[in-house]
Amino acid sequence: MKTDRVNDFALKIGTVNGTGSASANGLIMQSIFRMGVPVSGKNVFPSNIQGLPTWYEIRVNGSGHVARTPDFDLIVAMNPETYAQDIEELVPGGWLLYDSSWPMADTLRREEVTFLGVPLAEMCVKSFDGGRTRILMKNIAYTGALAALLDIDMDVIRGLLEETFGERKRHLLEANFKAIRLGYDYAAEHFECPLPIRLEGMDATRHSILIDGNTAAALGCVYAGATVAAWYPITPSTSLVDAFTAYCRRLRVEEETGQSLAAILQAEDELAAAGITIGAGWAGARAFTATSGAGISLMTEFIGLAYYAEVPCVFFDIERVGPSTGMPTRTQQGDILLCAYASHGDTKHLCLYPKDPAECFEFSVQAFDLAERFQTPVFVLSDLDIGMNDWVVPRFRWNDDYRPDRGKVLDAEALAEIETFYRYLDVDGDGIPYRTIPGEDPKGAYFTRGSGHTKYGKYTEDPDEYQEVIDRIAVKIESAAEAVPAPEIRSRPDARCGLITLGACDGAVREAIERMEAEDGLRLDYMRIRGFPFAAEVGRFIEAHDLNIVIEQNRDAQLKSLLTLETPASKEKLTSVLRYGGLPLSARHVIAGVKDRLGLAAETAEGVGA
Amino acid sequence: MTYIAKPRVFHPSLEKNELGLTRRDYEGVMSTLCAGCGHDSVTAALIEAAWELAIPTHRAAKMSGIGCSSKTTAYFMSESHGFNSVHGRMPSVASGANAANRDLVYIGVSGDGDSLSIGLGQLCHAVRRNLNLLYIIENNGVYGLTKGQFSASADMGSKSKRGVPNEQPPIDPALLGLSIGATFVARGFSGDKNQLVPIIKAGIRHPGLALVDVISPCVTFNDHVGSTKSYAYTREHFREAVEAAFVAPKDFVRPADEITADIGSDDVHDVRMHDGSVIRFRQVEGDYDATDRDAVYGYLRERQNAGEVPTGLLYVDPESRDLHDVLGTVDRPLWNLPFEELCPGSEALDALMENYR
Repeated sequence: MKTDRVNDFALKIGTVNGTGSASANGLIMQSIFRMGVPVSGKNVFPSNIQGLPTWYEIRVNGSGHVARTPDFDLIVAMNPETYAQDIEELVPGGWLLYDSSWPMADTLRREEVTFLGVPLAEMCVKSFDGGRTRILMKNIAYTGALAALLDIDMDVIRGLLEETFGERKRHLLEANFKAIRLGYDYAAEHFECPLPIRLEGMDATRHSILIDGNTAAALGCVYAGATVAAWYPITPSTSLVDAFTAYCRRLRVEEETGQSLAAILQAEDELAAAGITIGAGWAGARAFTATSGAGISLMTEFIGLAYYAEVPCVFFDIERVGPSTGMPTRTQQGDILLCAYASHGDTKHLCLYPKDPAECFEFSVQAFDLAERFQTPVFVLSDLDIGMNDWVVPRFRWNDDYRPDRGKVLDAEALAEIETFYRYLDVDGDGIPYRTIPGEDPKGAYFTRGSGHTKYGKYTEDPDEYQEVIDRIAVKIESAAEAVPAPEIRSRPDARCGLITLGACDGAVREAIERMEAEDGLRLDYMRIRGFPFAAEVGRFIEAHDLNIVIEQNRDAQLKSLLTLETPASKEKLTSVLRYGGLPLSARHVIAGVKDRLGLAAETAEGVGA
Repeated sequence: MTYIAKPRVFHPSLEKNELGLTRRDYEGVMSTLCAGCGHDSVTAALIEAAWELAIPTHRAAKMSGIGCSSKTTAYFMSESHGFNSVHGRMPSVASGANAANRDLVYIGVSGDGDSLSIGLGQLCHAVRRNLNLLYIIENNGVYGLTKGQFSASADMGSKSKRGVPNEQPPIDPALLGLSIGATFVARGFSGDKNQLVPIIKAGIRHPGLALVDVISPCVTFNDHVGSTKSYAYTREHFREAVEAAFVAPKDFVRPADEITADIGSDDVHDVRMHDGSVIRFRQVEGDYDATDRDAVYGYLRERQNAGEVPTGLLYVDPESRDLHDVLGTVDRPLWNLPFEELCPGSEALDALMENYR
């Protein structure tokens, strides 16, 4: 008999897409969160509307390590099509909860797995009318069975259902709760509940919220004062604009007239979305677009225009698996190089790499400030895991003293004090010229062009005049290195090896570092890159270590390449651990990879699951 | 140096508009197009129209893509902001600018390559979006800067300079616009300024996207015998469908002689626009009705099948609702709304956080 593992396990729920399992899974996740226990939920879903297999993974960890794990203690198998795969993925000693309304083939049985059959469909057919209701309630019913098996607080569940349905939909509340009781009572009666893997209330989430990164980024856009959004629907970024739209309906309505204080334009494609964003930025608005890698590919010509014509604009790239259509519903960090240098000719862009929804909120505000301060496109590189999954993060706070940094803008008054205005003249010697907003003053008028121009804003084909401007822009972009979010560095005494990562890899890498220190006595330093161009600190970290292992989610070691190109660090000091199959990174893979690079015998990369 | 500043000439006798500005104040830098290029005549018509409407020069924004046509935004109104963007993408840049600041006069100048090939999608969707924009297509049936390839507006059988006939059917911007809901469709000829200026004025004042196709011959690559976009061919096959003039809304009513200068006084009827302005039409073709989309479409098909080039302010939708009407945005420009109105503040955020518990 296994010893109890309180608040430390992972489960996975396999269902059929389009059967309403999302609300059941959300309910489980939110209940655990409300019990004060650190938790994460990863939606592993197909690019499909109805019929294909879909999974929801939940990891519970009292110490706060909630990066994805491929080691599942319990799997709820609601989709016979994936029984074999689901059973295979259980750890030895794990549990499989399945719908025993139909027999499970003996050939699927695995000795070291305990099969928990609950006749969910049968119970729901007896208790509910209507085909659709029965299917939906079957999913709600497994929530009840899990509540008994894992010791989820039934009062919390009831409370959440009351919040969802309220008095107005009392009948739905009762139906849902009835289904939950069906599952709960059956499990309590037939199995030894709770299982050794179980929950116990904690107080670790009191100051936290449960939110996805796209919602958080959208909220950041609202708070930053963005007024124009342009987009073309693409997974996994669509929900960012959906959230912005919903917030604007609530928070951006002029009281007296009911009119909107924001313009949200669904464009015909990503090219137009970029064009609208740039046009709006040029006209003085804080404007953004949200897309994914395929969209950035289409936008690159426009991005070059914004870079060269020095138009502030913000691009959210919610990365998914590429190249081409790739795997639209799987995560990756495959656009690092694309965004850093998007467009033909010499271009380089400010990039921010949030690790979770909290940083999505924070960085989206910062992105608008940086875009206006440096008069250039700014990219926020989130990904499907951050953007579409719910994360437990600290509550967002807002400082009411914040005012947008509009950068060097000359209004009519300021223009009156100067003799002549030249748009691209480096007056202050910092590489950042002054700009004017169209319509403000005749003296501020200038001609914006993506063709060769002089520092006075005139058309040119003269080599020196061209170089003078493009060199000045390079200085400007380099100067942003110390303005973008600084790297997060954690040092351990005497560590000679550093792990470098970015974005959503943070949780898995930090968990791996802790475990390797506790289990193997390995001391590793940590640097999480948060912005590009790289601050001087980034190069110094690399130089200070004998070996740096760059952990990222793409095949070609894009962050490592960028570090090689953009820091003075020698290439020999950098090596890689790469995972890029589309699922969020787990500590197990990091540990295996790091040990392998360090020449330590350990569990090798082989045999490590998905 | 390929940028040539035009010497500013002031003479006390130059006529002033109600802002006290002369036509010279609406000029831009020296054109670098070929001598005799149709586009320069369109530029002249734009200058005339803007002067007559007394647009404050800095309150206009000139938007363009890439190509000979797109260069022309530099050749008028140098006190206006201009944006020479990327090939075929003027409509989206203009859409964004318009979304950010609805108060400016947006003048878009494009060409047949820019709008009917690489930017066809952007044109169509800008038409559907109906942003408040004058959208001029300087249409010459040919790519000039790359030396004479056929464009998508070249007619079947029209011959290139080397005598090769075009064998792909043309995209006609006027028919296209009508078919996808354009609220203002016109066709002019760069060789007929008297017709073009009133069309441009009405287009600028139209509350929505005013699509103006201007046959504007390329003297270097498409003005020969056998071309259907030459000066000679266009003059010969030119047919005016209707004559139109723009009448400002009551508050800004200008001397009546100005209206009659644009249009005769016989056989006229007025179409009142949403914003109070009026477009005055003088019948040329019997019962031509410029507010009947289907009839106009049929008329254009019929005349074009007969080998003619029908021109005039062909269609207008008096009920035009522009981008901002549809989006329901505030009357003020979005770009400079006070931050206090845009940011909900810490209290609202704290309250909002409860939804994510």
